[in-house]
Amino acid sequence: MSKTFKLDGREIPFETGQTIMDAALAAGVYIPHLCHNPEFAPHGSCRVCVVDIGGRQVSACTAAASEGLEVDNSSEAIGETRRAILQMLFVEGNHVCPACEKSGACQLQAVAYYTGMLAPHFTHFFPRRSVDASHPDVVIDFNRCILCELCVRASRDHDGKRVFAISGRGLESHLVIDSPSGLLGDSSFAATDKAAHVCPTGAILPKGRGYETPIGERLYDREPISIVGDVRAQEEEVL
Amino acid sequence: MSTNLETARHPETLKRVCIEPLTRVEGHGKVTLFLDEDNHVKQARLHIVEFRGFEKFIQGRPYWELPVLVQRLCGICPVSHHLAAAKACDRLVGVDRLTPTAEKVRRLMHLGQVLQSHALHFFHLSSPDLLFGIDDAVAHRNIVGVIRDHPEIAMQGVLLRKFGQEVIRVTSGKRVHGTGALPGGVNKNVSLEERDLLLAEIDRVVDWAEKGVQLIKRIILTRPDFHYRFANVDANTLSLVAPDGGFELYDGGLRARDPQGETIFDHADDQGYAELLHEEIKPWSYMKFPFIVALGPEKGWYRVGPLARVNNCERFHTPLAEQERQDFAAAGEGRPLQAALTTHWARMIELLHCAEAIRELLADPDLQGTDLRREGAMQTTGIGVLEAPRGTLFHHYEIDSDGLVTRANLIVSTTNNNQAMNASIRRVAADDLDGHALTEPLLNRIEVAIRAYDPCLSCATHALGKMPLELELLDAEGRRVGRLVRHADGSVAA
Repeated sequence: MSKTFKLDGREIPFETGQTIMDAALAAGVYIPHLCHNPEFAPHGSCRVCVVDIGGRQVSACTAAASEGLEVDNSSEAIGETRRAILQMLFVEGNHVCPACEKSGACQLQAVAYYTGMLAPHFTHFFPRRSVDASHPDVVIDFNRCILCELCVRASRDHDGKRVFAISGRGLESHLVIDSPSGLLGDSSFAATDKAAHVCPTGAILPKGRGYETPIGERLYDREPISIVGDVRAQEEEVL
Repeated sequence: MSTNLETARHPETLKRVCIEPLTRVEGHGKVTLFLDEDNHVKQARLHIVEFRGFEKFIQGRPYWELPVLVQRLCGICPVSHHLAAAKACDRLVGVDRLTPTAEKVRRLMHLGQVLQSHALHFFHLSSPDLLFGIDDAVAHRNIVGVIRDHPEIAMQGVLLRKFGQEVIRVTSGKRVHGTGALPGGVNKNVSLEERDLLLAEIDRVVDWAEKGVQLIKRIILTRPDFHYRFANVDANTLSLVAPDGGFELYDGGLRARDPQGETIFDHADDQGYAELLHEEIKPWSYMKFPFIVALGPEKGWYRVGPLARVNNCERFHTPLAEQERQDFAAAGEGRPLQAALTTHWARMIELLHCAEAIRELLADPDLQGTDLRREGAMQTTGIGVLEAPRGTLFHHYEIDSDGLVTRANLIVSTTNNNQAMNASIRRVAADDLDGHALTEPLLNRIEVAIRAYDPCLSCATHALGKMPLELELLDAEGRRVGRLVRHADGSVAA
């Protein structure tokens, strides 16, 4: 008989070594997340998958599942924390959903909808960030980067290139590109790289293809992310 | 004559009357009047007091975002900006001819836009003045009064607008701020189900549109002396026309005529607009003053919009609208009509044309085609021109080799009408206000003249970093002790 823990009162089976996120996803239970992607090592940086275990808030993607745990994934308090984290992500960058080409197929937007975030609440930072369109096939809009490091991990662990890294500390943290000029066009990056297809926001996008999917047919237009799943599923079809 | 009222010699000695905010228009604006002790008007200006900045902050953005991003200039006619930007982007991606399906879907979207915008303007914003009279009590002279006294007219207005919004939804995905047009094409066709949804309504829509034309015609012809006199200013006219000189909203050549109807230029290539039209800046308004280069800034100002378009075209290709155009042209007795309130007549003829043209287009099987988009060789300059509900709209973009915008110039319809609106309020000030003690109904006459142009003040103020500014430091007695001027080129002088 396999081991289990309780997630919102429901018994979730798990194997030794699995995280709460791994076990929940395997059992078909959605825990909101952004920086998590089962193909890469857990990162625990976005904190959106926060759950409560006996009064302690932990990220489900890094907390190991263990026998007898009682995990709260859906209380109002957890929802409140997740919304606050998302609101901070929204005001820290420049996320202009109404005009963004990723709108409707954006994991950040979809998770915000799922958690019931209605407004950014906090004062916008309005940081001055650039757009790097130097690559012939892919554009990077740093305004939309949430520092999830999925591109960093994909380039390093899958593509074997290390095109991306995070530089700076705290509020100064930012995505950098390994090339003589610091521009994507001068790097070894290719549109077929895994790193081009893992971004949960509209920060890394194919050039000149925006808005091709009509409103009503975009990834999250009909069903919420808890049913549709992550952006990566659609992106992998492209690959 | 009336234009002499632009700048009074000694405004500090005059009484200042301010109409702020202007009501029943899109956006925020005000009018200032300067009067002497005997209530003679010495200066009248329409000021646009809001500030947007689109031309500046789209710099550095990818070109393919433009149709969706720039349409946020406006919530009333976003489709016009969406399509003007898309037409400019067509040029950027090297496409000068769309697939039949793409062109027809865009035309359908635009007809829906003009129909709903004209319905909004006529029924919601202007009908209270027209149905109840300019001097009616202010508490009654509004859309609520129309709903109460003329429920069937109010209902037709609401349903016409609703239909136009449905056309937009079917072609762009949303009633406001959709995504239908892409550089080089569109992202969807019109399914048979969507077509049938619109077909079920279209005959009633044409019928309501016909009733709307009869209503405004009846109003105008009941008091022809007043309606042909009020805010009547001789203006040059500018609009797009079809190759045969017919009425055209989406794509055509530029035609300008003088107040007598004589040609200034005709079938001019819209890609060369910058050679034909320049813009002047005045220190008292955020809105620029465009003029026809050949006539210079003093005499080259012009009118755009329904009145200009219906005056300028030789025919409508739809029969009901053409019949109405002939009545309209006959009223001018050989000259273009120039009175502000005849704009409403022209607007309703256009609305009828849109309804007829939508009905025609819905029968076209190309709408269900699947060839949606073309590609070409990338260019660095793109210009898109069309006729928005309020008049000719110019979008001009330049991009770098990476595809990011380096420069943008937008001349929106209301900007084109800037001097014409100012001339109209000066005409009203001189004819109707001069020497009278000012009352609310008199001041409403100023607003009625502006309203006839259906100005969209939000769209019209989008420049950044180019406005000339003047800063004066006055002492307690009002004497100037210091002055700084920033010129349009950015230089600052004492």
